[in-house]
Amino acid sequence: MAQDATTYSLELRDLRKSFGKTEIIRGANLAVKAGERVAIIGPNGAGKSTLFNLISGRFAPTSGEVLLHGQRIDGKKPFEINRMGLSRSFQITNIFPNLSVFENLRCGVLWSMGYKYTFLRFLSGLHDANERAQQLMEMIKLEKKRDTLAVNLTYAEQRALEIGITIAGGASCILLDEPTAGMSRSETARFIHLIKEVTEGRTLLTVEHDMGVVFGLADKIAVVVYGEVIAFDTPENVRANQRVQEAYLGSAIADAQAEGH
Amino acid sequence: MTTTTASTPGSYYRFKPWNVGRLLVWSLFALLLIVAPLLFTSSLALTMLSQIGYLIIICLSYNMLLGQGGMLSFGHAVYTGLGSFIAIHAMNLAGKGALPIPLVFIPLVGGLAGMLFAVLLGYVTTKKAGTTFAMITLGIGELVASMALMFPEFFGGEGGITTDRVYGGSFFGITFGPAIQVYYLIAVYCFICTAAMFAFTGTPLGRILNAVRDNPERVEFIGYNTQRVRYFAFIIAGFFAGIGGGLAAINFEIITAVDSVSILRSGGYLLFTFLGGATFFFGPIIGAVLLVFASVLLSELTKAWLLYLGLVFLFMVMYAPGGVASLIMMNLRVAKYGKLRALLPSYLGLAGTGLVAMLGAACMVEMTYHLQLNAALGPEMSFLGATLNAKALASWFGSGFVLLTGLGLFELCRREYVRQWGRIQEEIEHEIKRGEAL
Repeated sequence: MAQDATTYSLELRDLRKSFGKTEIIRGANLAVKAGERVAIIGPNGAGKSTLFNLISGRFAPTSGEVLLHGQRIDGKKPFEINRMGLSRSFQITNIFPNLSVFENLRCGVLWSMGYKYTFLRFLSGLHDANERAQQLMEMIKLEKKRDTLAVNLTYAEQRALEIGITIAGGASCILLDEPTAGMSRSETARFIHLIKEVTEGRTLLTVEHDMGVVFGLADKIAVVVYGEVIAFDTPENVRANQRVQEAYLGSAIADAQAEGH
Repeated sequence: MTTTTASTPGSYYRFKPWNVGRLLVWSLFALLLIVAPLLFTSSLALTMLSQIGYLIIICLSYNMLLGQGGMLSFGHAVYTGLGSFIAIHAMNLAGKGALPIPLVFIPLVGGLAGMLFAVLLGYVTTKKAGTTFAMITLGIGELVASMALMFPEFFGGEGGITTDRVYGGSFFGITFGPAIQVYYLIAVYCFICTAAMFAFTGTPLGRILNAVRDNPERVEFIGYNTQRVRYFAFIIAGFFAGIGGGLAAINFEIITAVDSVSILRSGGYLLFTFLGGATFFFGPIIGAVLLVFASVLLSELTKAWLLYLGLVFLFMVMYAPGGVASLIMMNLRVAKYGKLRALLPSYLGLAGTGLVAMLGAACMVEMTYHLQLNAALGPEMSFLGATLNAKALASWFGSGFVLLTGLGLFELCRREYVRQWGRIQEEIEHEIKRGEAL
């Protein structure tokens, strides 16, 4: 058992969270292997975003454990968790509006490269950080917008920048909260491709509503209903799962299949 | 084109070791500091220049919090003021021979003091951001101001602490007795501190501070402790504030608590940093110049100067929240595209009609003040060469007429200007788009 714990990239053990008297997360269990892509699905208000907030340290769980590479991270602060190799994006675009695209990405890079709170060196002289930021900018295809303030980007570009900041620090475990929310179909398709590309080799958890995206992206699907993970399996098995069908998926899968996924 | 730039690793980022434009600006700044007292030789001018010198440091240090860190501090005078007091005590000790510190290093003593107090008080202050931060700074400001009354041994009570800056003997004829020598001491500090604070904006901590200003929550998720970032910035700002305070102590040779650590003084720094422009690095420099002109010249000119100041502040907040600096930068952008000339008539119109309106308003304000404060001198008063009778209906009607006419014409000019400005901005956007497409 102890052997197992270290092999998982991210593990939730009987995780619970209450707001006041209402229990939102009611004993969630999940074990994600390194390099797996997991889509978290579930009806609105099932607690998907809360789960992300608990994992990333935005909220502290009421009880239960969160393990990152076998180490407890529940109750730690977001920046501590980030330093241990977990990074997340947000459902509502969360970037630095008055900094340029390049500066946004460079900010994401700095800590992981060990520059921390340095104020005795110039940014322009940090070649490795600048190069990394440049590479990221090319990965998310915003190199032409290098000096554009983030606030002036289009919505899709801002979403891409959000992903860029999230992966900038080189975290091995990435949480994306509805990365394609609010995008058009063609943008979504391109974006999924981008996400696959930039998270190659990393553990990925993503909250997603679009079933097409889910089945196109994920190795495994976790179904969250009323604060519990009621199923965690490959897309095929989840599709066939009777309990999931009843609880949530039925209509959503039919829709996705009708569209040819 | 793209292949050649991509092949050299140096072009990944724009690193210009010799940025000619920047070098030129800094040379001009240095030159200006050097020649200013040669151009304006009166003793009043020298006093003002000295004040501008250390206020530039103070306002820039304040803007490290406000403009770069998004921290609205209501207690910056705590750090300048305590810096002043420690500096003046150090001078007195040095004068007695108890402390071997030459005068040129006294501002650093002030700086270290400011830093020390920022380390102590800032730890509490920077725990929170936003409104809570502002409230705590206000509380600490009040605390220190009232402490100043409780410890007259240190703060000198109402009379303050005095000193004599000429204690070190002559060094190549420099005694720091004459005001001009003090000015140059201030100028050197002003230049070095300005350069250092500008350099700070290009460091990792400086950039993350901007990120904390923009979106503190996101910063937490890229590995940074936002409290720590604010705290470090606060300490550095405290250091420069203390240097400014130390220079003030040298300049005046007297420091009183009522003046130096008061909330009013903190408010002044806030107000003028904002007026100068918090969004640009050089904004507070303009703010410092305005502060001295307002407090020295405007206060001489009229008793109602605080009222005028309040009005100016009000209009700035409403119509140009980026301060004077943003107005300059916006027009520089227009000039860069060669379209400023077209706006010139509009500006003349705005200035002319604005002046008329201001004249009318000023007459009424001055008459009101005259009635309230100088009743014993009779209703007659002279204002800008004209004789007004503060109790005569004609004077009031005349002023009101001038004010309303001015306002009406100003509004007409303003509308035309807004139209023109919008059109020019569109043209510029268009040109930029075309440039990108090429």
